Amino acid sequence: MKYVDEYRDQKLAEKLAAEIRRAATKPWAIMEVCGGQTHSIVKYGIDYLLPHEVELVHGPGCPVCVTPLEMIDRAHAIARQPGVIFCSFGDMLRVPGSHADLFQVKAAGADVRIVYSPLDCLRIAAANPTRKVVFFAIGFETTAPANAMAVWHARRQGIRNFSVLVSHVLVPPAMTGILESPDNRVQAFLGPGHVCAVMGFREYEPIAPRYGTPIVITGFEPLDLLEGTLMAVRQLEQGRAEVENQYARAADADGNTDAQKMIHRVFEVCDRAWRGIGIIPRSGYCLNDEFRDYDAEQVFELGPIHAPEPAICISGQVLTGLKKPHDCPAFGKECTPQNPLGATMVSAEGACAAYYNYGRHLVALPSAMGKV
Amino acid sequence: MSLSFTLSCPVPVTQHKAIVLGHGSGGRLTSQLVRELFLPAFDNPALRKLDDQAVLDVAPGRIAVTTDSYVVTPLFFPGGDIGRLAVNGTVNDLAMSGARPLYLTAAFIIEEGLPLEDLERVVHSMAQAAADAGVAIVTGDTKVVNRGCADKLFITTAGVGLVPAGVSISASNAMSGDVVIVSGPIGDHGITIWSTRENIDFTGSLQSDTAPLHALVEAMIAAGDVHVLRDPTRGGLGTSLCEIAGSSSVGVELEAYAVPVREEVKAACEILGMDPLFVANEGRLVAMVAESSAEKVLQAMRAVPLGQDACRIGRVVPEHAGMVLVKTEIGGSRILDVPFAEQLPRIC
Amino acid sequence: MCLAIPGKVVELEEEGSMRMGRIDYGGITRQACLAYIPDPQIGDYVMVHVGFAISKVDAEEAARTYRYLAEMNQLEEIAAPETPPEAMP
Repeated sequence: MKYVDEYRDQKLAEKLAAEIRRAATKPWAIMEVCGGQTHSIVKYGIDYLLPHEVELVHGPGCPVCVTPLEMIDRAHAIARQPGVIFCSFGDMLRVPGSHADLFQVKAAGADVRIVYSPLDCLRIAAANPTRKVVFFAIGFETTAPANAMAVWHARRQGIRNFSVLVSHVLVPPAMTGILESPDNRVQAFLGPGHVCAVMGFREYEPIAPRYGTPIVITGFEPLDLLEGTLMAVRQLEQGRAEVENQYARAADADGNTDAQKMIHRVFEVCDRAWRGIGIIPRSGYCLNDEFRDYDAEQVFELGPIHAPEPAICISGQVLTGLKKPHDCPAFGKECTPQNPLGATMVSAEGACAAYYNYGRHLVALPSAMGKV
Repeated sequence: MSLSFTLSCPVPVTQHKAIVLGHGSGGRLTSQLVRELFLPAFDNPALRKLDDQAVLDVAPGRIAVTTDSYVVTPLFFPGGDIGRLAVNGTVNDLAMSGARPLYLTAAFIIEEGLPLEDLERVVHSMAQAAADAGVAIVTGDTKVVNRGCADKLFITTAGVGLVPAGVSISASNAMSGDVVIVSGPIGDHGITIWSTRENIDFTGSLQSDTAPLHALVEAMIAAGDVHVLRDPTRGGLGTSLCEIAGSSSVGVELEAYAVPVREEVKAACEILGMDPLFVANEGRLVAMVAESSAEKVLQAMRAVPLGQDACRIGRVVPEHAGMVLVKTEIGGSRILDVPFAEQLPRIC
Repeated sequence: MCLAIPGKVVELEEEGSMRMGRIDYGGITRQACLAYIPDPQIGDYVMVHVGFAISKVDAEEAARTYRYLAEMNQLEEIAAPETPPEAMP
């Protein structure tokens, strides 16, 4: 596959790793924001190529991890309503709410369907005019243009039996939230490459100097992540704090202005709750007044839903890099990938799940760490 | 006053375009279905007797027995159908013990309303697959359930085969030093099934790899010391390797770059965010073979059409018993973990 | 939050009033919405996320990054040759 295979070359990966080893003279903690980047790091074992000095901290960039418990419960409540066809991306199906996950809700009789694009929902709505189609619109800014288009198109085509349950989250407020914390130990960021393909990276330009934190906009293939890490380490070693773009083949400073226009036509910025963290002001999108009638929370008047997190779970502190998974008393005991207590263990990209496997690896083969 | 009327006795309909409940009742409609469809298609001496069971001559020795259910949707897909899958799947389960597959049973649970044409197509496909594999379908059953109580057609099979003397192949027989071999590219079947779902709509040459593997197995056993055989169906190659590592209490080292995946399958997996290691196969096997025999076994495999792309993908080691360690494409390392449930497409 | 795959535009279509395209990912093709790509051309490479093209791949930038990486590779080899000079042809 063009523009994919080239960025998985082993020789070049080894060279980049060697450059990182040469460049890093002190310990550095670098956070990759995006869940897709965490996935790649785990899948290719990129940690194992890095020197001890360089620690990759897994960030809150995964919708599975950060969608609040009340929102999951709301989704389940809507899915259980008679006549509803509840559509979701595959990622969300196994996320546990307070009592169940969407698979269990489906097994109990709800019509829950996996979709691959928000446009699939419009086709389902057109084909089922007597049913109410609801789409679980999660994601970062990357997915917002697609979700916005679905709503806008529904309005244009006069589709009335369609609504969206919106749980969009934004990266820059999450980043500043992490940097504002007095216990923050993140010293540089690998910025979200595809979020920036949509939004550009101008919003990050004031953040880097304000907090003295390098931000390298990075892609998702192994060579991207290694090159991004190298650029971040070089900035840290040189005492610089700028925004640099490793992912220039897909992202630039201004981003996709057509996509941004559609986002702003349909959505507005609002406060959003992040699972395990709490409310971060102005950190999400919700439907604006013009499209509020497509908001599933209005269409289905559910009333307040209270969903306390298990007290023992420290996902929030893990998601923001404040604590490591093995700081949690439940880690590896009551809380495992087979029996997750919190978001960060549910998803394969979750920091706790990733660490769980990393830890097993250390037990399995300490000498195969690959850290030369 | 006289009334004239034409006597018209309501005789039951005997020509059906679709399956009705009566076809599963055990009465004349069932009998008609058996005599007009199943019997001519599967024809063999045991089946012709139409007894409640088939009585068969079996040479002395160990027999292998297996059972499976097939519930795939859609019934027909590029490269095969539920019938072909049922025959090949059962044959392969037997073949993985080194057994020569001999006889199959086939029980059909049919949802009322299934077009007869579809059932005929499936049955003829099974007959062809059985002929290709050199096995006989010797007994069966037919039930029909109300609409909505089955997804069109379910097929349950049992298979019987004979294990040659001296052959001992099992998931618990892997030994440190063994070479791990796969018979061909992985992920074709599972990705084909995913791609037929509405709204995914890939176009390209994706098709199921369903095929009977017993001739390939026979060639392998004749060529060298085969310890383990598995056909990695649901759960894929990755799950099979983890299971074998667990059963044999050995470690497995897998070289990710050596695992063959066709370009189209790879592209489809990238788009869906799925790992080919956990996608189902229906015409591939993974083997663990004594190091000293590995080259001869590979050569024997490549001489057979279903094994022409056979290659080494790893080895069995004494360390990290029960775990599969992957050396990744870029030289990193990760532990392979069996997914909790079926792999789902992701956007993250 | 960001699974986007590069593919080549091989056909342009309209569905309703939405600009759509057929994208080739190397052996398989699939439809995607091109509404967010101004003036898409056959042969363009785009990044596709949930059935929407979100940006064009800048071939020049891609080539530049790759050239830089490959040069780094060569510099390493010049710095530490594996064969002593006398043995080279």
